[in-house]
Amino acid sequence: MGFHYTLGGERYGFDDLKALMAAASPLRSGDELAGLAASSDAQRIAARHALAEVPLDLFVRTELIPYEADDVTRLIVDTHDSAAFAPFASMTVGDLRNWLLSHEADTAALAAAAPGFTPEMAAAVSKIMRNQDLMSAAQKMRVITRFRNTIGLEGCLTSRLQPNHPTDDLKGIAASTLDGLLYGMGDAVIGINPATDSVANGLALLDMLDHARRRYEIPTQTCVLTHVTNTLEIMNRGGAVDLVFQSIAGTQKANEGFGVTLAILKEAHEAALSLRRGTVGDNVMYFETGQGAALSAEAHHGLDQQTVETRAYAVARAFRPLLVNTVVGFIGPEYLYDGKQIIRAGLEDHFCAKLLGVPMGCDVCYTNHAEADQDDMDTLMVLLGTAGITFLIGVPGADDIMLNYQSLSFHDILTLRSMLNLRPAPEFAAWLERMGLYDAQLGGMRELAPHQTRLGQLIG
Amino acid sequence: MTDKAHIPTSSPSGAPDVWQDLRRLTRARIGLGRSGNAQRTTDVLTFQAAHAQARDAVHTPLDVQALVAQMGGENCLCVKSRAVDRPTYLRRPDLGRRLDPACLPLLQRDAWDVVFVAADGLSAIATQKGAIPLFRAMQARLKDWRIAPLIIASQGRVALGDEIAVALGARMVVMMIGERPGLSVAESLGVYLTYAPYVGCPDSARNCLSNIHQHGLPTSVAADKLAWLMREASHLKLTGVGLKDAAPDSAPPADPSSALEKDPRI
Repeated sequence: MGFHYTLGGERYGFDDLKALMAAASPLRSGDELAGLAASSDAQRIAARHALAEVPLDLFVRTELIPYEADDVTRLIVDTHDSAAFAPFASMTVGDLRNWLLSHEADTAALAAAAPGFTPEMAAAVSKIMRNQDLMSAAQKMRVITRFRNTIGLEGCLTSRLQPNHPTDDLKGIAASTLDGLLYGMGDAVIGINPATDSVANGLALLDMLDHARRRYEIPTQTCVLTHVTNTLEIMNRGGAVDLVFQSIAGTQKANEGFGVTLAILKEAHEAALSLRRGTVGDNVMYFETGQGAALSAEAHHGLDQQTVETRAYAVARAFRPLLVNTVVGFIGPEYLYDGKQIIRAGLEDHFCAKLLGVPMGCDVCYTNHAEADQDDMDTLMVLLGTAGITFLIGVPGADDIMLNYQSLSFHDILTLRSMLNLRPAPEFAAWLERMGLYDAQLGGMRELAPHQTRLGQLIG
Repeated sequence: MTDKAHIPTSSPSGAPDVWQDLRRLTRARIGLGRSGNAQRTTDVLTFQAAHAQARDAVHTPLDVQALVAQMGGENCLCVKSRAVDRPTYLRRPDLGRRLDPACLPLLQRDAWDVVFVAADGLSAIATQKGAIPLFRAMQARLKDWRIAPLIIASQGRVALGDEIAVALGARMVVMMIGERPGLSVAESLGVYLTYAPYVGCPDSARNCLSNIHQHGLPTSVAADKLAWLMREASHLKLTGVGLKDAAPDSAPPADPSSALEKDPRI
């Protein structure tokens, strides 16, 4: 089965749907590394023309990775909601783009359609959407999740406070946590990437975070982003696990590279649900994803990196997560070379996840070997804020001293909330006001030193 | 970068900086001032200077001769990956994971228990400063092990060690490699332990110790942890996700490493 399109008198052919989607993808270094990128700009645009004409139904009938060989494919096929898909069954990819941008596709219509879309459909339509299309369509999509507060409401932007420390020093982590809370960060989660991924260390970190949360009655959730098997053991030992974290990818083999299976995720999901720690809801999973993960594990099955990334969202949505975020600039220049590629990928990941009903946030970030800087992060954060991103990650001064990369600073997120008139999660906003940290009259966070607040005793 | 450059601006009022004590607890950029919601000018420019230094660290080449000299005449071997230069290395990790075929004849097969590899990774400065002290510390802790000559590798990524170990016939490989420079630290060493490595070995089969540098994990502590991991790996005949927990406090086990799990990937 092949595809072709004639552009400027030249006929461009594409062997199969995989090759067509790869060629239609905006240029990025990871697809070049994999040998999947279009060979010329003209070929890329020809591929987009051909892709726009592909009937959506073909994605239901075509397994890009065989059903027998891959449990993510089985998950996608077995959970596809054909009733939700029915209104789109006779549309092409191009028609879907037009529908998504139409006034008819409002918040309710998009929510009803989400279970009918497969990751590959989302990927395909994103490839023929410009950045503004990815933003304006995503902006209409609401994915609301709850644990101790409500995440994803219109007009809200939540944040993950990421107080990492290179030796997991509890006081050092507490100092960064305090700093973030004074900026109104942490309503999505206060989440630590541990330097040492052990059960004992995870227990100690969770105990510290949970103690601080209870002491100040902070309506949020805490998390140590350790491997899911560690979190299972921590739960067995009675640790204070709010959320189960795991990095996931879009193929069975790539997930195996992370040391994880769907069965382990299910076991951890059930274990966390049984703890009943949520007060306003029971979304207990937190996933990270990112373009390039499958290729770096040599588990991409010939799919372009953006398409295979969207399949991770099918894994995520099967477990009703509280939070998912793409670590878009983290993986490095061999997958996303520069600011332009990082920005595009961030918008794609957000759009595709939301289209599938996944509560997508973003680690707006880059590494020091990529051709990007803080100006690119400013651009991406404003674009994602405008597009309705669920949450952003903030670290002190934008400098993560454990993971050695740059994300957003607390200042950046505060600036964004102010510029776009976005509020924290309502329960958290009320807490900030109760604690005297938020000035309702001024409409902003007060500039307070630690000892001027009750939080100053956080570091004892 | 210097500690001085890391100190944020004090409050504009000239009041004593109450964050001073807290900054002893972490090198994170906490307690920065604000102008409105924004960072203050000095902090913005200090950050940009640190970023510029980190970018320069990525592009500094490994001084192989200086490393050989540090070994003080003890036998060591110098090899290269298939990535011919830095731009190729950055865009083509696949080439950085494979040995330049011209180097294969240097590697003589024997019944080694372990081979240590010192590779530049993304910060040659880290390797330059930290690899040989760690190697010496391991020699002292592994007196009964048959340790292959130290391998010094240019334009190397973690998986390059797999092919080296296979060529040497070593049961396990310890890759000591420069981690991606951060703004605060441009000389952080990472260590990846892999039992029975082979070309194409998944990252989940490795254990990683990271942040080995002056302000992070000290060499002696890293060496204790690594020695524990190596003995357990030898006993269990595996590394990775299966090797963790049950470690004594003095030597807790390390992360099973994985490409996207926000470890300083190289």
